[in-house]
Amino acid sequence: MAQIELDNIQRIFQLGDSEVHALQDIQLRIDAGDYVSVMGPSGSGKSTLLNLLGLLDRPNAGHYRLEGRDVTTLSADEQARVRRERIGFVFQSFHLVPRLTAEENIALPLLLAGIPPHDRKARVAQALDDFGLAKRGDHRPDQLSGGQRQRVAIARATIMQPAMLLADEPTGNLDRATGEEVTSLLETLNGRGVTLIVVTHDPHMGQRAHRQIRMEDGRIDSDSQRPTP
Amino acid sequence: MMRSRDILGFATRAATAYPMRTGLMMLAMAIGVAAVVLLTALGDGARRYVVREFSALGSSLIIVLPGRTETGGVGAGSFVTNTPRDLTVDDAAALLRAGGVTRVAPLVLGNSEIAYRGKLREVMVIGTTRAFADIRNYRLGQGRFLPEEDWRRGSAVAVIGATLHQELFGAGPALGKMIRVGDRRYRVIGVLAASGSGLGMNADELVIVPVAAAQALFNAASLFRIFAEARDRDAVPAAKTQILDILKARHDGEEDVTLITQDAVLGTFDRILGALTLAVAGIAAISLAVAGILVMNVMLVAITQRTSEIGLLKALGATGGIIRLVFLTEAALLSIAGAFAGLLLGHLGAWGLRLLFPALPAYPPDWAIAAGLGTAIVTGVLFGVMPARHAATLDPVDALSKR
Ligand SMILES: Nc1ncnc2c1ncn2[C@@H]1O[C@H](COP(=O)(O)OP(=O)(O)O)[C@@H](O)[C@H]1O
Ligand SMILES: [Mg+2]
Repeated sequence: MAQIELDNIQRIFQLGDSEVHALQDIQLRIDAGDYVSVMGPSGSGKSTLLNLLGLLDRPNAGHYRLEGRDVTTLSADEQARVRRERIGFVFQSFHLVPRLTAEENIALPLLLAGIPPHDRKARVAQALDDFGLAKRGDHRPDQLSGGQRQRVAIARATIMQPAMLLADEPTGNLDRATGEEVTSLLETLNGRGVTLIVVTHDPHMGQRAHRQIRMEDGRIDSDSQRPTP
Repeated sequence: MMRSRDILGFATRAATAYPMRTGLMMLAMAIGVAAVVLLTALGDGARRYVVREFSALGSSLIIVLPGRTETGGVGAGSFVTNTPRDLTVDDAAALLRAGGVTRVAPLVLGNSEIAYRGKLREVMVIGTTRAFADIRNYRLGQGRFLPEEDWRRGSAVAVIGATLHQELFGAGPALGKMIRVGDRRYRVIGVLAASGSGLGMNADELVIVPVAAAQALFNAASLFRIFAEARDRDAVPAAKTQILDILKARHDGEEDVTLITQDAVLGTFDRILGALTLAVAGIAAISLAVAGILVMNVMLVAITQRTSEIGLLKALGATGGIIRLVFLTEAALLSIAGAFAGLLLGHLGAWGLRLLFPALPAYPPDWAIAAGLGTAIVTGVLFGVMPARHAATLDPVDALSKR
């Protein structure tokens, strides 16, 4: 059984009188621990797909089974719980809370999950260490470089030890070298077993994924796998 | 589920991160609460002042005034009387026969001029008898009060208030000196001890002469009032009946006088000023409602500014309930802080009032403090509900795409 199973997924946006078919008849299986890149022209539905996978959005039709459970029919609160416990997001624009320090930003998911302060402290300290941010814990986002900010965001996305990481153009706001760095960090996490799904514009980055999906007009245009060595 | 301490901490961080917005909201709340506290302090202070002054009159006092009025206390009709028969010195003397009455003092009142060695000033003259000093609890600073004598005789002696003494004689001796009041001359036989204020009549600025002397001075046969004192507080009702009976008999069977007792006057003033305080508190509370609306707007602006943060929280697994709670907590925190700042401000203002008007016990009543704080916090939270619900229902994808 695949970790992610999408069947006949439709996502239609109403734009005034016209309908935009952002996703049409998506059929997709992704195995636990896989490394998938999603590429395609702007407006082809990559972000919409990722939002659906992350339960931030609901399809108009079709079924989404996550780890064997149909999550399309869950209540909003149950979906929030799944996001909290199973899914980590990494965004192009980092989305750090500006008034909070790196430490506090990383601790946010733990806060929302009601983890006691003592455990929180230990886990955040460990994460800061793991992501090379040990000396930056009390810095606010505007005191960090772009790469550091994205590392904080990734630390935050993984602090709950989710089953999958969804990254929408995570290197889009970073220079090439820093982007490279962030990508290898994500790959390291994938190496430890987290399913990694990355939307990217950069063909070079896309090539690095084990499985590459190309989207076009809301459909999956091609889906290729590098043979496992 | 998120712990309540963490919700509180998160909301506090959010509130303190935007000092301008937070300050504005707290100020609005603070002004509202301060207005309630200050205005009720003023109203209640006035009430207490009046009550205290009336109590100083003595609780077994019965004041007789000419003319019949409908109500016992001070109401709309109290001062409107229909062609009353005059009260006379003989009427007053007759009241001494009443068993429940221990002291009686007739009272003539008028304005005149007092002069001593070229110093001249306007003065209020009271014509009365010896008993008046006991009824009003006057204490003498020097000399003695009016002599015990035939009420119709009126020897040319006067007792003056402490302020008058100061103004006319300075530090020099006054006893035995001759003063002129109107066109008559009186020998000063006593000076009242300084007493501060007294409702309507400031004893420190009075000249007191025998009743007959005052009648001659003002060329009047009638009395302004008769002051009678019952044996004690419990004897007041009986004494009133007796007084009425005696005067009715003397006035051809007509009941054409009004008796005022301190209780009735006090009760009326107490009610009027109490109602006034309440009204003022109500008006001040309106400013709290205005503050509530401001809270709502400020919170809505805050939510617009923090839309992408709300989207993030949702992506991180916050439920709508948590988002609602976080923003509601923030509104409540600001309201509470504002309310207590207002309480402090109000107390400061009341303190200033007391400094400015030492006679006025301008303390805000407990109920006003409770009501002010309560209204502030309740409006803050109530008006915070709508924005918080709005935040909770934001679409996470839309919210995340906002900058
Ligand atoms: N909230 C929305 N309302 C209307 N149209 C939308 C909305 N979100 C996405 N779309 C449309 O859906 C299509 C796919 O968008 P998106 O998934 O963001 O593309 P990509 O991420 O591949 O650039 C686009 O045509 C876009 O205009
Ligand atoms: Mg996109």
